[in-house]
Amino acid sequence: MAVIELTGIKRYYSFGEVTVKALDGVDVTIDRTEFVAIMGASGSGKSTLMNIIGCLDVPTAGTYVLDGMDTSGATDDGLADIRNKKIGFVFQGFNLLQKTTALENVELPLLYDRAGGGKDAMKKAKEALERVGLGERLHHIPNQLSGGQQQRVAIARALVTDPAIIIADEPTGNLDTQMSNGIMSLFKELNNAGITIVMVTHEEDIALWARRKIVLRDGRVIREELRPAAPREEV
Amino acid sequence: MNASTLVRLSLRSILRNRMRSLLTTLGIIIGVCSVIVMVAVGEGSQASIRDNISSMGTNLIMIMPPRGQNAANRLVIEDVEKIRKEGVHVGAASGVVRSAQAVVGGIGNWPTTVYGVEPDYLRIKEWTTGAGDFFTERDVNLRAKKAVIGMTVAKQLFPDDDPVGKRFRIANTPFEIVGVLESKGSNAMGSDQDDIVMVPLSTAISRLRRSRYLQSIEISAASEDRMDDAQAEVEDILREAHRLSPEAENDFSVMNQAQIIEMASSVAKTLTMLLGAIAGVSLLVGGIGIMNIMLVSVTERTREIGIRLSVGARRRDILRQFLTESVVLSLSGGLIGILLAVGLSHLLESAFGLRAIISPFFILLSAGFAAAVGIFFGYYPAHKASAMNPIDALRAD
Repeated sequence: MAVIELTGIKRYYSFGEVTVKALDGVDVTIDRTEFVAIMGASGSGKSTLMNIIGCLDVPTAGTYVLDGMDTSGATDDGLADIRNKKIGFVFQGFNLLQKTTALENVELPLLYDRAGGGKDAMKKAKEALERVGLGERLHHIPNQLSGGQQQRVAIARALVTDPAIIIADEPTGNLDTQMSNGIMSLFKELNNAGITIVMVTHEEDIALWARRKIVLRDGRVIREELRPAAPREEV
Repeated sequence: MNASTLVRLSLRSILRNRMRSLLTTLGIIIGVCSVIVMVAVGEGSQASIRDNISSMGTNLIMIMPPRGQNAANRLVIEDVEKIRKEGVHVGAASGVVRSAQAVVGGIGNWPTTVYGVEPDYLRIKEWTTGAGDFFTERDVNLRAKKAVIGMTVAKQLFPDDDPVGKRFRIANTPFEIVGVLESKGSNAMGSDQDDIVMVPLSTAISRLRRSRYLQSIEISAASEDRMDDAQAEVEDILREAHRLSPEAENDFSVMNQAQIIEMASSVAKTLTMLLGAIAGVSLLVGGIGIMNIMLVSVTERTREIGIRLSVGARRRDILRQFLTESVVLSLSGGLIGILLAVGLSHLLESAFGLRAIISPFFILLSAGFAAAVGIFFGYYPAHKASAMNPIDALRAD
């Protein structure tokens, strides 16, 4: 069943006379429990696509149905609520609140949950951190954690609201190979447990962890590759 | 996100930058503190004036020469007699003349103020003699050279003896001391009320003042609720005594205690307002300081705002967060300012003898004003924060 349905997505930026077509008619469908890598050179539109999937940006044209809900016409507040409930972000630069403990960082999305999901915020945050293997580091602040650990905290923060998808933007871009492998196998593990993951990357070997690869160029999808059994799945 | 979470979060981010937060609130602290202290000192001096005038007597009505440049003083001792005879609402009345004199006797001399009064004066002032007696109506009629002296004069001239029965000289005229006044101590303005000599009004007029006109007539109404009646009545009596035609203006001025207080404290009131306003400007400057720092803080925390937006904060949440921070900042500055002001007022009272009155209402008002400053000057930075584009904010470093 499709969790993301993008139809004819266009995103134009106009700078006075000049119009840049960051996305120029993208159709992508992603099913539940998929692990998709979006690839492309810089300027290919992959970041724009990620922003639209993540409801940080809205398309100029086209429809985006997320988890059975059409997002077009959603207000700012509506988009904020979608980000809160249905989407978990993992960024290249971790984007954790500094001088704030791992536990509090993970609690953050729950504090903005208007449906009362923030009730046992502490308990949920703790569980999420245990799930990413940081049960022992609850009260450490980002400065006291390694890059890999910081990214795990970010993943825990993405998981804590039980979202429909996790969007990872170059999640290993700031990490060395060993840490990268750790993070990618965590993603794999989460995906195996049924979590849908959309990852943007430009590194081929990172993209190999995904089951499907979508390649963009100049704002269009130029290639899709399906990999029934990814070579590294056994790692 | 509920209110307590908001306050907790904002406290956390304020405490994260202790030094900066303190410096930011310093403007508010100083502003609130100076407003409160200035107004408290102003209120205190007004209260001192009020007490001072209240201690001048009970239900007091004062008749004085007309105000104005070419208005002649026509108050005479006969006016007082007429008031005393005809005034049904009048409890007591006395003409008063004053002159500064050096009195000589006992062990030396002493500069003091000599009052020419009538026996009623003691009642008006609610004063009593401690030793001896006051002079009588008869003494006034006979222009007797009798005097009643205050405790300070008694101590200066007769430190070891009982002054009653002793003689001393005022302006080279020998007087007999018939009584010593009960000590009243200093009045609210700090002047010594016991540094006084009282002699019969008629004697003072003929011997000391050499003018038949009185400086004032002091009247005590029969009771507090008859003040207005007494005032109107006295006015009528004096107009009749001075044979004023109905259209002529009064050739005297009448004031009751409330009016005297009003007049005397109006300067202090104006001063209070002026000082309060100047201090208010510093509060305003403090508010601008908060805005300045909040703007810096918003720019500095762009990334944080981006993170919050990405995990589902609505714009309103961001607005509230920064607004709460500035209100918490200014309100805690206000509270510190209040505490400081209370301390400073006590210090002024104990170290400089200044009277300072801090009313609870004013404390609430300044706390409210501090919070309002926080909202007013915090709104623009908070709005700026909430209007950020999440994508740009996340990319910021």
